[in-house]
Amino acid sequence: MILARFLGPRVWILVAVILAAAILVPLANLWLPADHPLHVPSYLVPLFGKYVCYALLALALDLVWGYCGILSLGHGAFFALGGYAMGMYLMRQIGSRGVYGNPELPDFMVFLNWQELPWYWTGFDQFWFAALMVMLVPGLLAFVFGYFAFRSRVTGVYLSIITQAMTYALLLAFFRNDMGFGGNNGLTDFKDILGFSIQADATRASLFAASCIALALSVLLVGWITRSKLGKLMVAVRDAESRTRFIGWRPEHVKLFAFTVSAVMAGIAGALYVPQVGIINPGEFAPVNSIEVVVWAAVGGRGTLVGPVIGALLVNYGKTVFTGVWPEGWLFILGGLFVFVTLILPRGIVGTIDHGWDAIRATRRARNAEKGEASDSEAAGDPRAVANPAE
Amino acid sequence: MTRSIRWLLVGLAVLLFGAASASAQESPAEPGTAAAAQAAGSAATSAAGPAAIVQKFGGKQSYDETEAVIIELAASGDEAVARALRALRDGDLYWRKGDEAVFIGKRQGDDIAIFDPMTGEPAGAVPRGEMEKVRIKNSIRNAVTTALGSLTLRADNPAQRMRAADTLFSEADPEMIASLGEAIAAEEDTAVRARMQEALASATLVSDLPASEKAEAAKILAARGDRESLSMLTRFAGSTDDPVAKKAAETAIVAIQSNIAFWNQMQNVWYGLSLGSVLLLAAIGLAITFGVMGVINMAHGEMVMIGAYTTYVVQEFIRTSAPGLFEFSLLIALPLAFLASGTVGLVMERFLIRFLYGRPLETLLATFGVSLILQQAVRTIFGPSNREVGNPDFMSGAFDLRLMSVNWNRLWIIVFAMVVFLALLAVLNKTPLGLQMRAVTQNRKMAAAMGIRTPWVDAMTFALGSGIAGIAGVALSQIDNVSPNLGQGYIIDSFMVVVFGGVGNLWGTLVGAMSLGIVNKFLEPYAGAVLGKIVVLVLIILFIQKRPRGLFAQKGRFVDA
Repeated sequence: MILARFLGPRVWILVAVILAAAILVPLANLWLPADHPLHVPSYLVPLFGKYVCYALLALALDLVWGYCGILSLGHGAFFALGGYAMGMYLMRQIGSRGVYGNPELPDFMVFLNWQELPWYWTGFDQFWFAALMVMLVPGLLAFVFGYFAFRSRVTGVYLSIITQAMTYALLLAFFRNDMGFGGNNGLTDFKDILGFSIQADATRASLFAASCIALALSVLLVGWITRSKLGKLMVAVRDAESRTRFIGWRPEHVKLFAFTVSAVMAGIAGALYVPQVGIINPGEFAPVNSIEVVVWAAVGGRGTLVGPVIGALLVNYGKTVFTGVWPEGWLFILGGLFVFVTLILPRGIVGTIDHGWDAIRATRRARNAEKGEASDSEAAGDPRAVANPAE
Repeated sequence: MTRSIRWLLVGLAVLLFGAASASAQESPAEPGTAAAAQAAGSAATSAAGPAAIVQKFGGKQSYDETEAVIIELAASGDEAVARALRALRDGDLYWRKGDEAVFIGKRQGDDIAIFDPMTGEPAGAVPRGEMEKVRIKNSIRNAVTTALGSLTLRADNPAQRMRAADTLFSEADPEMIASLGEAIAAEEDTAVRARMQEALASATLVSDLPASEKAEAAKILAARGDRESLSMLTRFAGSTDDPVAKKAAETAIVAIQSNIAFWNQMQNVWYGLSLGSVLLLAAIGLAITFGVMGVINMAHGEMVMIGAYTTYVVQEFIRTSAPGLFEFSLLIALPLAFLASGTVGLVMERFLIRFLYGRPLETLLATFGVSLILQQAVRTIFGPSNREVGNPDFMSGAFDLRLMSVNWNRLWIIVFAMVVFLALLAVLNKTPLGLQMRAVTQNRKMAAAMGIRTPWVDAMTFALGSGIAGIAGVALSQIDNVSPNLGQGYIIDSFMVVVFGGVGNLWGTLVGAMSLGIVNKFLEPYAGAVLGKIVVLVLIILFIQKRPRGLFAQKGRFVDA
C-alpha cells in the first residue's frame, strides 16, 4: 500500500502491464500453436521489442525534458552509442563466420585492408565489458557535454541546438570509414548473442522480455528519482531556474545528474534495440530521429511516467500502420502531430487527462468547501508534477 | 584469329572516344567519309579547314608534296595544327593504310597507340602493320620548325600569340629558341613579349646554351612562379653540373615554393569566403527570425528549399514557353522566390507561431513539424529526386587569377550575398518597417504603447526573414542539388552561424559566416572535409561555453527566460 501511494496506482498498473507482456508475449509466441487465435507470429516479437526500446528512450528523454526542462535534441546519439557498443560485441561474436572468414577482424575491416583490431575494439568480445560500455560511453559523453554546457549556463533553445549539433557531428563522424565502426553500412550481419543464435525465436522472445524488464525497472527508477527530494529540485529547476539558484541550490548539478542518468537509459535502450533489429548504422544519429523521440514524449504527455511510454507505443504503432498503407503520408502525419501537440494538446494525452481530472476534483472540492466539509485527504492535492508547458 | 580479336578490342576502345572517330574506325572501306568524320570529330575544337589539311598527310607522297602541305598548314594560321606539325617533325605522324586517315602514333610493342592529330585525344591502338609513317628528312624538319614559329608566334591576334607562347612554354623545346628570339624582337605587346621570354627561358633550360644564360632563365622562371616552372627548375637543378646555374635554379625554386604556398593560402581564403557567403545567405534570414524575433524556426531550411524550387519552376516555364529568357531566369526567380517563401512564412506566423511567442521550445517543435510537412509536400509534388536547375552563361565557367582558380558562380554568389546583406541592413536601419522591428525587439510593450502594431510587425518580420531565405534558395540552386532535403543540410550550419556571431546582430552573422567558412576550408586539407566539419562543430560548441551569447553579444540587460 505504501508503494501504491508512493507512485500512484497508475504507474503500478503500467509496470504490471509491461511485466505481463514480458511473460505473455514470449509464451504466446513460443508455446501456442501457430493456428491458435492468440498466437503471436515471430515477426511481431522483434517489432514489439523495438517499440519497447523506443518507449525506454522516450522515458529517458522525459526525465530530462519533462522533469528537468532540458529539451535535448540529441538523445538519439546516446541511443545510437549504446547500440554501437552492443553492435561491437555482436560483431566480435561473429568470429570466423564472416564473409572473409577472418577470426579477429570484422568483415568491413578486412575489406578496408586493416591489419589489426583498433585499440578501442579491445574487450568487446566480452559481454560484461560491452554491457559496461553500453552504459559508460553514453553516460560519459553526457557527463562531459553536460558539465561544460550547464556550467556555462547554456540553457533553453541554445542547449537544444548544441545537442542537435552534437548528434549531427557524431553522424558525420560515424559515416567515416576511418572511424572503424563500419562507416556508411554500420554494423550488421550478427550471428549470435551470449552463444544463442540471434535469429532464433527463443532468443528474440528473451530479448523482448529483457527489454520489457528494462523498461519496467526504468519506470520505477525514474519514478523513484522524481519523487525524491532531488526530483523536486529538478522540477524547481525546470519551472524557475534562477529562483532555485538564488535559494542556494546548484541547478547545474541537478541538470547534470538528470542528463547523465537519462543518457545511460538511452544507451541501454539502444543496446537492447540493436540485437532485435539486427543492424546499427550512422543513420541512428540523424537529428530527425532525436526530434522524433521528442514528439513521442510530447504526445504521451511529458512530466508524467506513463505518458512517454504510451506516446512512444502509439506513435510508433501509427508509424508502422501508416508506412504500410500510405508511405508518403507518414511525414505529413508526423509533422501534423508536432503542430497539433504543441498548439492543441500541450500537455499530451496523459497530461490532458490529468488536467481534466484535477479540474473536476477542484470544482468538487470547491463545492465541498461551500458546504463547509472540506476533506483533508483531498486537499493535499496531486503530488505528481504535472507538466506546466507555459514556462 | 588473334587479329580479329585485336580488331574487336580496337573497336571497343574506339567506341569510348566519341561517335565521330568511332565511325571512322568502323568503316575503313570508305576513305572519304572516314576523313570527313575525322574532320567533323575535330571540328569541336578547331575549324574544319586545318583538320582537313592535316588529313592531306595521308597516303604515299613525295617530300615536296609533304612540304606543300606544311606550307598550306602554316598559311592556315591556326595554331591547333601545331600538334600535328610537331609530331611530323619528331617522326610520330602516321597514316592508316586502310583509309589514309592521319594519326599521331606512339609505338607500344607490336602496336601503335594512335591519337587524334588535332585534339591529341587517344583513339585506340592498332597493329604496326596497319600504319604507315609520314616520311621526313632534315629539310622537312626545318620547314616544320619555321612553319611552327611563323604559324603560332607571328599570328595577328595577340591572344593567339599569347597562347602560342604558353604552349611553347610547356613544351620547352630548344629547337624553338631561334624562332622565339625573332618573335620577341618583333613583338610589340609587352604582356605577350613577357610570355615569350618565359617560353624562351623554359627552352633555354633544356638547351645546350652556356650556364650563365641558364641562370638568367632560372630568374625569369622564378618571376613567373607557378607549378610548371617549379617542376622545370627542379628537373634542371637535378641535372645540371654547373654550380652557378645550379645555385640560381635553387634560389628560384625556393622563391617559387613560397609563392605557391602563398597562393595556396589565397585559394583557401577564397574557398572559405565562398563557403562563408553560402552560409551567410542561408543564415541571414535566420538572423532576422531567430536573432531579432527570438523565434526558433526549424523550417528555415525549407524556406531556402522553396526558393530553390521556385527557381526550378521558373526555369521549366521559361524552357517550355520563352527559351530566350533563360539568361534572365535567376533575375525573374528572385522576386518570385521572395514572395513564395515570404508567403509561406507569413502563413506560418499567422496560424502557428503567434500562438507560441514566449515558448521557444514549443516553437521549435511546431516549426519542426512544419518543416517535415513542407519537405514531404515538395517530395509529393516534385518527386524525391534532384531537380535540374541550369546555370545561365554568366554563372558558369571559371577563370584563373595568377595561381588561383575562380569560379564565376562562386564569385557571383559572394557578390549576391553581400548585396543581400547590405540591402537587409538598409531595410533594418533606414525604413519605417526596420525602425518598428527594432523597436519591438528592444521593448515590445513600450513599442505597443507608442502605437506600433506589434502583431503586424511580427508577421512582417517573419515574412521578411523567410523571404530572404527564399532568395538564398535561388542562389543555392546554382551550386547545390535541388532536392527536398536541400534545406536540412543548411539548418544546423545556419543556427551555428547565428549563435556564433551573436544573436540579434547582423554584423555578427556576417563575421560568423565568413570566419566559419574560412576556418572550415583551412581545416579541410589537414583533416578532410567531414572531420573538418566536425572539428568546427566541436569548436563552436566549446566557443558557446565560453561566450554563450556569441561573438558580438548584444549589450544590455537580459532577463533569464
